[in-house]
Amino acid sequence: MKNDTIAAIATGLVNAGISIVRVSGENAIIIVNKIFQSKREGKNLLAVKSHTIHYGYIIDENQIIDEVLVMIMKGPNSYTAEDTVEINCHGGILITRKILDLVIGNGARIAEPGEFTKRAFLNGRIDLTKAEAVIDLINAKNNFALKSSIRQLQGSVYKRIKELREKILYHIAFIESALDDPEHISLDNYGSKLLPDIKNMVMDINKLIASYENGKLIKEGIRTVIVGKPNVGKSSFLNLLIGEEKAIVTEVAGTTRDVIEETIQLKGLALTLIDTAGIRETDDIVEKIGVEKARKFAEDADLIIYIADASVKLDEDDKTIMRLIEDKNTIVLLNKTDLPGLTVESDIKMFLNKKVIEISVKDKKGIKEFEEELVNMFSLNEKMINDQIYITNIRHKNGLLKAITSLQFVEKSIEEGLPEDFYSIDLMDSYRFLGSILGEEMEDDLVNEIFEKFCMGK
Amino acid sequence: MSIQIEKYDVVIVGAGHAGCEAALASARLGLNTIMFTVSIDSIALMPCNPNIGGTSKGHLVREIDALGGEMGKNIDRTFIQSKMLNVSKGPAVHSLRAQADKSEYSKSMRRVLENTENLTIKQAEVTEIIVKNESIGGVRTYTGTEYHAKAVVLCTGTYLKARCLCGNAITHTGPNGLQAANFLTESLKNNRVEMFRFKTGTPARMDKRSIDFSKMEEQKGDERVIPFSFSTDSDDIQKEQISCWLTYTNENTHEIIRKNLDRSPIYAGIIEGTGPRYCPSIEDKVVKFSDKNRHQVFIEPEGLYTNEMYIGGMSSSLPEDVQIKMYRTVPGLEKCKIVRNAYAIEYDCINARQLNPTLEFKEIKGLFSAGQFNGSSGYEEAAAQGLIAGINAALKVKNREMIVIDRSEAYIGVLIDDLVTKDNKEPYRMMTSRSEYRLLLRQDNADLRLMKIGFKIGLVGKEQYEKLIEKQSQIGQEIRRLENTRVGASPVIQQFLADHNSTLLKNGTSLAELLRRPELTYELLKEIDKERMKLKWDVIEQVEINIKYSGYISRQLRQVEQFKKIEKKKIPDTLIYDEISGLRIEAKQKLAKFRPVSIGQASRISGVSPADISVLLVYLEQYRRYKNESK
Repeated sequence: MKNDTIAAIATGLVNAGISIVRVSGENAIIIVNKIFQSKREGKNLLAVKSHTIHYGYIIDENQIIDEVLVMIMKGPNSYTAEDTVEINCHGGILITRKILDLVIGNGARIAEPGEFTKRAFLNGRIDLTKAEAVIDLINAKNNFALKSSIRQLQGSVYKRIKELREKILYHIAFIESALDDPEHISLDNYGSKLLPDIKNMVMDINKLIASYENGKLIKEGIRTVIVGKPNVGKSSFLNLLIGEEKAIVTEVAGTTRDVIEETIQLKGLALTLIDTAGIRETDDIVEKIGVEKARKFAEDADLIIYIADASVKLDEDDKTIMRLIEDKNTIVLLNKTDLPGLTVESDIKMFLNKKVIEISVKDKKGIKEFEEELVNMFSLNEKMINDQIYITNIRHKNGLLKAITSLQFVEKSIEEGLPEDFYSIDLMDSYRFLGSILGEEMEDDLVNEIFEKFCMGK
Repeated sequence: MSIQIEKYDVVIVGAGHAGCEAALASARLGLNTIMFTVSIDSIALMPCNPNIGGTSKGHLVREIDALGGEMGKNIDRTFIQSKMLNVSKGPAVHSLRAQADKSEYSKSMRRVLENTENLTIKQAEVTEIIVKNESIGGVRTYTGTEYHAKAVVLCTGTYLKARCLCGNAITHTGPNGLQAANFLTESLKNNRVEMFRFKTGTPARMDKRSIDFSKMEEQKGDERVIPFSFSTDSDDIQKEQISCWLTYTNENTHEIIRKNLDRSPIYAGIIEGTGPRYCPSIEDKVVKFSDKNRHQVFIEPEGLYTNEMYIGGMSSSLPEDVQIKMYRTVPGLEKCKIVRNAYAIEYDCINARQLNPTLEFKEIKGLFSAGQFNGSSGYEEAAAQGLIAGINAALKVKNREMIVIDRSEAYIGVLIDDLVTKDNKEPYRMMTSRSEYRLLLRQDNADLRLMKIGFKIGLVGKEQYEKLIEKQSQIGQEIRRLENTRVGASPVIQQFLADHNSTLLKNGTSLAELLRRPELTYELLKEIDKERMKLKWDVIEQVEINIKYSGYISRQLRQVEQFKKIEKKKIPDTLIYDEISGLRIEAKQKLAKFRPVSIGQASRISGVSPADISVLLVYLEQYRRYKNESK
């Protein structure tokens, strides 16, 4: 049985020396061949034997992305019994993701939870006794995916996709009611009315994709709180992070609580900085580092960045803060190391057994070390880094891209003067693709919209 | 007292559009068939609009014809006006619609039925179904006679416990004052058949002599009439056509309706049935679309030899006095005389999810059903189901494999799949938007799609089938020829392109590529296509469509491939969903209730998620292997 082609990172999203992107399905070899270049140019993966390994590069628009080993296994002699390619990547987790992105961009789709195993079973590669386990696997992963998929969408993004869908649905319903009832509803010149709308929608979706690129779609980044006494450099540190990455992505003011969240992208990790506005606005210690507030932060956070001032001695306030965060994921930044030091790493270690990094915001020193620690901390901690966030997001982005492709088909149809019924075929596709992001299907939406908005009748 | 027992192979209950097709199919397949009707004079009656076809319904008629049904041939014999709708749109939504001479349509169908071998027509009311061991045994009539049969097809239309409403004047009759069938519902319920109550309506008929047509726009038929049936020669059916007329309601009309809404049985809550949203009564239109200051009204003749005119667009269940006032506000109808009042009708029908896609009841073997009884609306929808139910009843009796037409093959497939899978809350009407592969399911290629099936079943003759094969091969050859015929950027070609405002060539290309340009047609290309042979118009039509829209068509073909894959995965009806541990509870309940026949059908049940489908696939594979091992 032929199957469409699926792909996933097979090794989990941890920073191991080697990670593997697995591709399976009828076009697996064709797809990888498009982005693979052998060490000596010209090797064609379509022509190689099964169960062979090939050394070369993954290429994106003539740029080398990674040095890889590619293993070709032709069906039925593979895990899934389909043509399977495994790309052994060396460049770390971000590069691996990039490669997966490329594979998807070239025609594969992200595997559903448990799908490789499901295919292996359906194709007779897995023993009957394991069937229950396969079902459990599908279920466990799906429950998780379902829960996280929509939750991960920023409220504003969710709303925008919803609005786009409503607009598209209206157009489809209009066209369809006119097709079904041509004597009541006219489609004269509808193409020229539709065209600017389509162009705007494509622009809107492109904006959404751009914001995906810098992580705006990700809601659940690593919830991060920066704590520290006044004047230790919290704001300047934050500004430095933002300035350096140029990646402030969102600013959603909570409506119920007066909390402001900002998500920034650092080395492929999303940090959602909580209450940073407060931290940036005022340095009033009593108000901002009140015990209550700090405790609340500590409960909420996945990561606490505690900034201490190396140029002054630790005081009671510091000690209070350190007691509050001693059992949390914490990185301690010892700032102002450009000045003569009165506090050093060992002073802190007496109270708090956490990684201490010396930095100087003023001289921009130590930032790299901080980022490395961040990646270390979260990429190695599977519980903390949420594979699913990444997977769901690639799914979302893919849905957006497909929606654009469909809308561009509509544009083309209008420009080429095709009849109106062709527009609605592609509009329906784009409606479905956007729906897949929200976890919504078409079902009776169209029929309902037609009857709701247009007066049909004999 | 002894009970009279008669024996047949197949019993058809009802002689409407579904019943006629079912009876003909069964009898033509050689089975001893009896068809019941409460009135012989109401065979193939058109109690509502006087036309056959229209958007997407025209597709159904063509498909019925390709499978060997009668509707297309019958309307070709009895139409008085014909029109291809949507001709300015793409080929997928072109739709043929013909005005019928209602009385002739009915007579002509009766003539065909009466002259069909193996078919008996009987005027009697069927009051009970006879069921033994979860299988059908036959039916019992009001007079007590039993008709034993191996298969029964129920096509009771709107007659079950029918009730007509015109204001607060309520009559317990079927359409047109015909006798209702008041007993069968109980018998069905006793056999655990789940019933719904639906509602529909029809506008008034008026005396032609009381209408002032000078205030209306004339609606003529097409100059060249295209037949519905693939076996009708279009030269044989060119004739003088009768016009329809267009006028509009206005604020005065709407005002009268608004003032009297409390006297409408629907708004007063007397009507319990669910009405169709796609064919709202005029009072519904006025309430729901209050921003519209006028609605179209089509005045259509009911036949050649009658003065009755059908007032399309103004169905109503308002009381007679309001009807008269409201109709008389419409330009041209100021002095109208109403021959028959508009009315709403309520009737019993079934929840069609009790049916397999073969239209056989899941729980009662040998019992089939079709038409409005299944919750659809429309003559064409009824005929389509009647044909399939009749065919399957016959195949079942003959111990042959029953047929299922799927969503990728025909509108008939979409219609039946929607009926038996989806949660229908109102009478179901066919619409082109319901078909996901509509570029492939065109009215122009219904023969190419379905005639082979009709031939295999035995309803399409050998001669006609051979013609089709010939047509098919001519289409294929011509497409290949155009794809393979190269044209260069010669002065002749460039001049030709310039003449037709088409971009000049830089390199050589094929004739097919040129044909893909929107501004060029097969006819135009003749000038530069020297080797062209003379082909019939219907061959050319297929060649042109297939080449022009090849991009879209191949995309839909790919989607169909995916669709077929899961459609082919059958679910054994012995499956116990409760035992499948991985399914969510909601999915378990729904699947257990509907018992889908395939993974494809299961995936279309609302409330069954893709993850459930995965689990089901794995379970089925497990099930299959266990069975193999135990062999």
